[in-house]
Amino acid sequence: MRRAPLLPALGLAALLAWLVGYPLLLTLLEALGGSKGWTLHWFGEFVHRPDEWLALWRSLWISAASVALAALVGIPLAFLFERTEFPGRRVLGAIVALPVALPPLVGVIAVLFLYGESGFVSRAVQALLRLEDPPWRLTGPIAILLVHAYSMYVYFYLFTRAGLARLDAALLEAAASLGAGRWRALFRVTLPLLRPALAGAALLTFMTALASFSAPYLFGGGFRVMTTQIIASKLNGEVALAQVETVMLAGLALLALGAMRRADRMVSVGTGVRGIAPARRQLRSPLARGAAGLFGWLLAALLLLPHAVLLLVSLVPAFTWTSEAFPPVLNLGNWKSLVTASEHMRPLVNSLWMGIVATALALAIGFAAARLASLRSDRMRGVLEGMIAIPWAVPGTVFAIALAATFSVNQPWLGRFVLIGTPVLLPLAYVVRDLPLTGRAALAGLRQLDPALEEAAASLGAGRWRRLTRVVLPLLRPALAAGAGLAFITALGDFIVSIVLYTFDTRPISIEILSNLRLQDLGMAAVYGVLLMLASAAAFLLWGQGEAR
Amino acid sequence: MPFLTLDRLDKSFNGNPVLRGLSLAVEKGEIVALLGPSGSGKTTALRMIAGFETPDRGRILIEDADVTPLPPERRRFGMVFQHYALFPHLTVGENVAFGLAGRSASRQETARRPQRVAEALALVDLPGFADRRVGEISGGQQQRVALARALAPEPRVLLLDEPLSNLDPALRERTRRELKSAIQRVGITTVLVTHEQEEAFHLGDRVAVLQDGVLHQVGSPEDLYERPATRFVATFVGRASSLPCVLEGDGAVWVPYPPGDAAGPVRWSAVRAPEAEGMGPGEEAALVVRPESLAFVAAGNPQALAGRVIERRYAGPVTYYQVALAPGGEVEVLAPSGVAAVGDSVRVAPEPRGPAPRIFRRNR
Repeated sequence: MRRAPLLPALGLAALLAWLVGYPLLLTLLEALGGSKGWTLHWFGEFVHRPDEWLALWRSLWISAASVALAALVGIPLAFLFERTEFPGRRVLGAIVALPVALPPLVGVIAVLFLYGESGFVSRAVQALLRLEDPPWRLTGPIAILLVHAYSMYVYFYLFTRAGLARLDAALLEAAASLGAGRWRALFRVTLPLLRPALAGAALLTFMTALASFSAPYLFGGGFRVMTTQIIASKLNGEVALAQVETVMLAGLALLALGAMRRADRMVSVGTGVRGIAPARRQLRSPLARGAAGLFGWLLAALLLLPHAVLLLVSLVPAFTWTSEAFPPVLNLGNWKSLVTASEHMRPLVNSLWMGIVATALALAIGFAAARLASLRSDRMRGVLEGMIAIPWAVPGTVFAIALAATFSVNQPWLGRFVLIGTPVLLPLAYVVRDLPLTGRAALAGLRQLDPALEEAAASLGAGRWRRLTRVVLPLLRPALAAGAGLAFITALGDFIVSIVLYTFDTRPISIEILSNLRLQDLGMAAVYGVLLMLASAAAFLLWGQGEAR
Repeated sequence: MPFLTLDRLDKSFNGNPVLRGLSLAVEKGEIVALLGPSGSGKTTALRMIAGFETPDRGRILIEDADVTPLPPERRRFGMVFQHYALFPHLTVGENVAFGLAGRSASRQETARRPQRVAEALALVDLPGFADRRVGEISGGQQQRVALARALAPEPRVLLLDEPLSNLDPALRERTRRELKSAIQRVGITTVLVTHEQEEAFHLGDRVAVLQDGVLHQVGSPEDLYERPATRFVATFVGRASSLPCVLEGDGAVWVPYPPGDAAGPVRWSAVRAPEAEGMGPGEEAALVVRPESLAFVAAGNPQALAGRVIERRYAGPVTYYQVALAPGGEVEVLAPSGVAAVGDSVRVAPEPRGPAPRIFRRNR
């Protein structure tokens, strides 16, 4: 097809640059002193403080350990569900993947209610052993890693399952006919072929762990990683230092991304010919079947227990559960108060409207950028695709600090306005965070679209607009709906950006959960958690339908 | 005046020329087939006519009007795509109606739309299919829907990109006949692209042979087969063997292979292709011979070459025999089945009832 006109592409690139690139650039400039004269003072400060290096080091090793733990849980789980057949496999296999869209904060409070010092498990142990104090306190790196393993195994699980499903059965048959036993086939054929999938999952897990904020914030205590260190510096009023830390974290993320991309390119394998996926192994002996089934069910139960606990805690009225092993009172009071007490309703309404607005804007911008990028084959394409991808690679904390800095000054001729403290900034930040989700969904959908369909429409007399509305958009609807679902749930449950940018009028669900926790009103926090859980399950189903197309 | 004119079209992709000075004139109502191996530029030529690619140089004319700068949606050319490109989210009827909408339709036209859809579907023998989903119908039916969709807006030119390549062989011949009769009933000027000679010969009133972006010859199937203009056409269209030879006087060549019976070199009569005009006696040339222009002969024929059968391809009443002429040369001979076996020593001589052997330049 003929190329898209340059002018709209330029306009869109400028908009994206203003939203995505400009705040990051400004943060870097201000960390270097910026308008007050160039200086490396704050970078020097960073270098000289051991606690800064410690936070950087902790971010790195926590992320690496999270990858290892998530792989340890996710990969065997994927083999179990993709390669063996047992009763309940299909349903359980889907349920186990559900947490993929769950906002991190919800996972954190779920783990807290189950394994925290006043959670069900520790209370049970305390009651069983008649201890004076809770048997453990869930804090520090162990707690963070527990939450990470709990929430990030899904990446390994989904990527490995997809990789296994794509595997050509003929390759395994060829290995068998050449005399390779089951283990040799696994290590010499299956795993090497899964390397791209595993590398993708490792990258995603590493980036997510590096950007993780909820778990270190709630469980870290004195154990600070970069994301919590940034927020602490900002709260201490050390704005310039916070900006240097932000630059360092962003640099670390981009470095990790670059390194893993390069590694990924080196190991990428493919035969080009696609065959039929290997059949699931039918376990013949009833004992083995029973064991596999039991193992699958137990593992699934273990992984989903925290989420079930959330539902239970949402029925506990405030301040009724003190020292008992099991909550003495359960009722629907918390749920009712959502409707009756306006201060309980407000965060929900805030998150809803901001989520809807941010999703709609991110969808429009993301689709427009993807469409223009796919119609052009020059440098503009790279610019647009890059702008969409950056907010994915750069941790949310970085964007929160960058946007706060950019929009706290009134310099209209430089594209800076005072938005901090207004209800505009938080939804705007959600838009930036959502862009990669909607944009990548649109890009993927457009790539799968047969170009002949648009050509056919053109040869039938349909102009640009009619091709878009009658052919491209209807065919992209599943992909766009999936992207929008993920974007919406990301905005709805956001904590990272909100904690920096919220105002009293825009306080979202996550901030309300935090204040409920501080007030020891666990039930109300759980109600919001359950709501987010349900919303993310709905978004996941939407996503599954989009993928299935 | 021709209806559709391609005037010296050039096109390169990333510096690689894919079309070099393609000129072609198509009469109104004529069916022209672009035939060539993959990479010959035939699909690029078709996409350029449709407006999906812009030529680097040259023009595309309808009667006298230059349509080169027009985008595809304003050319009013119908196209059937190789994989049909039916819109999967629309029904068969909505697909066919797609080209009828838009174009500033008046209320009258809108009211007539269902009727026109029904007419288009009847034309391709799929009446009553309007409400079916595209995914529910067979490959052959999809091909016909694609044709109905392209024809419904009454385009000025019909373009077909490998229209039958997606069908299994059993279905292909029947669909080809139906395609031809539908096009002939409408009487529309048609350009089609194919890499299959049989398809080009059956569907095309004239066939244009392309190789490496160059048009070698345009003509009727008989022209191409019996009077190929270049050695490429001679060997690409139909079966043929190529032998080195030395020009003698008018209409004769020496064939430098061991004779069957003659004492000296064997002399065959042959016809010069246009490109071999002006070559003089003693020059080396290439001789291209069809299998049916050769025969096995009995001893004593002065034109016979000696050879040995190395392969047989049985085709019912006749068999293609691959004959090795020492040293190195091979020819294909069409003869009744069972007259020779692999390993037999044979004598091969020209058969005057077949097309005359043709002389081409050596290194073309």
